[in-house]
Amino acid sequence: MAVEAQPSKLPWPRTRRARRALTGYMFISPFILGFLLFFVGPALVAAWLTMFDWNMIRPPYFIGLGNFKKMFADDLFYQSLKVTAYFSLVSVPVGLVLSFFLALLMNFKTRSIAVFRTIYYLPSIVPAVANAVLWSFILNTEFGLLNALLDSIGLPKIAWLQEPEWAMPAIILMSLWALGATMVIYLAGLQGIPRSLYEAAEIDGAGRWASLVNVTIPLMSPVIFFNLIIGIIGSFQIFTAGFLITGGGPQHATLFYVLYIYRNGLQYFDMGYASLLAWVLFFLIFGLTLVVFKYVGRYVYYEDVGT
Amino acid sequence: MDLPRTRRTENGATSNRTLMSASTGTTATQLLDNERFWRIFVWTVLLAGACVMFLPFLWLLSSSLKTELSIFRYPPEWIPDPIQFSNYVDAWTTRPFALYVRNTIVILLLNEVAVLVSASFCAYGFARIDFPGRNVWFAVLLATVMLPGIVTMIPQFVIFSRIGWVNTILPLTVPFFFGGGAFNIFLLRQFFRTLPAELADAAYIDGASEITIYWRIMLPLAKPALATIAIFTFIGTWNDFMGPLLYLAKDPNKFTVALGLAMFRTAFAGRTRWDLLMAASTMMIVPVIFVFFVAQRYFIQGIAISGLKG
Repeated sequence: MAVEAQPSKLPWPRTRRARRALTGYMFISPFILGFLLFFVGPALVAAWLTMFDWNMIRPPYFIGLGNFKKMFADDLFYQSLKVTAYFSLVSVPVGLVLSFFLALLMNFKTRSIAVFRTIYYLPSIVPAVANAVLWSFILNTEFGLLNALLDSIGLPKIAWLQEPEWAMPAIILMSLWALGATMVIYLAGLQGIPRSLYEAAEIDGAGRWASLVNVTIPLMSPVIFFNLIIGIIGSFQIFTAGFLITGGGPQHATLFYVLYIYRNGLQYFDMGYASLLAWVLFFLIFGLTLVVFKYVGRYVYYEDVGT
Repeated sequence: MDLPRTRRTENGATSNRTLMSASTGTTATQLLDNERFWRIFVWTVLLAGACVMFLPFLWLLSSSLKTELSIFRYPPEWIPDPIQFSNYVDAWTTRPFALYVRNTIVILLLNEVAVLVSASFCAYGFARIDFPGRNVWFAVLLATVMLPGIVTMIPQFVIFSRIGWVNTILPLTVPFFFGGGAFNIFLLRQFFRTLPAELADAAYIDGASEITIYWRIMLPLAKPALATIAIFTFIGTWNDFMGPLLYLAKDPNKFTVALGLAMFRTAFAGRTRWDLLMAASTMMIVPVIFVFFVAQRYFIQGIAISGLKG
């Protein structure tokens, strides 16, 4: 502030341009500091720790690439990757398609849209812990809601949380309950598509199907792409469900990657190894995002500037 | 399979003319263009979906009012008999949930102040001041929106435990004073950019500094965007589990509601008191839903800004 008010008394900066730059940096300095202190700093610490064996009590012991060797020989590492990939590959596409479909329906001018939107959206703001507690009970084999529903239509009960092959579908089902968050983003996008485009399409003789394929989907592709990226990144970070509902079991069937990092770091206090796992996750997400940008991003249609 | 169905859903504008063309025949294609058919179809699907989405809530509420015995009745009853409201009192008092609420509110208030001031401050710099390097830093900002926070969980824990911050609320609050979250900066920056430049011109002529303009002119105008962020911060803090789990789990007097509820699962030796757990979960969900209903339009606004203009 003083810089702006009394520039002449200060030795620098002399020019208006330089003063402005200084003001700009002053404004964004909290972000820069936070970025360095809470992201770059910790990331560097983690990079350094990957070469050490350290339980936070004894002094760190340099083991070079020891943690890498350990990782490549670690069955649970591969298992956690597999589990996370499984979750991601199913929950993200299913969630994207289902929520897009629902948004399309909801965008139909029904009077009750606000009510529907609210009902579909609410599950996505339920706190993760309350969600986990609720779903533990819904998925309960003997007295749970899901099996009661299956039973009522004559299907056999399933031991959702005890059978390794059913635990993941159960958690995916639970995650789909929160698809309203994605849906409202689609809905906002759909409502932003100018009516005139549909009218033009109609004049050209396009039916509903043709309008959907030629108008809606191209114009929505940036939003779909946004949701895809956010969905992938989010799915790789799933933790609470595995931690609270299944504890990673049964037989490591829900040992999500982040849960495995947490265990190594906060339960076994193997900080070097946990740091390595964290870095691997970073590169996985980073790489995946790049791949998606490169191979999916090209299909995204961006409106010309000025329309 | 869903494709022919979605065909209709797009817009209402085509309705009348389409209806006329459809009324001449009843073949399958024409049925797809029939307005009445679609209206009923859309309504049925949405209603069925809404029932499915709402069922877990009903189940939660119903279970929270059952006795320890009736909750294990099979098939389950939707209307509890007897209705036992005392579950809520029992859940509230078995563990000191009032204390947990207080702890959460302390963290919440600090984070609200931190996020609102810090994020708007940074956002103003990004939105209204032109300086060399701004675009680079803005790219960094966007990258950190995408970056998974979980990656720095372990090294942050290491650092915070080194400086003695474990078992304090500092790791859960102090970082918010540094920018208040990349996403929030981004959201506010988008908002600030929509404000006309002329607003500040008079102030500039009067010799006001950027800080004065930010604080006196821009911030009051940004109230709707700030409200959106305040709400997201509330939800984020209230729902956060990982943070309290890492930093507060050792001291039951510092538990937040989320942590308290997680620990409440194992509060009863040898048995799971689903009745009390459901009551406690309901109590944790209610404030969030309440805030949602009170501030619905800010939610929608936030979604519109965040998801689309990026």
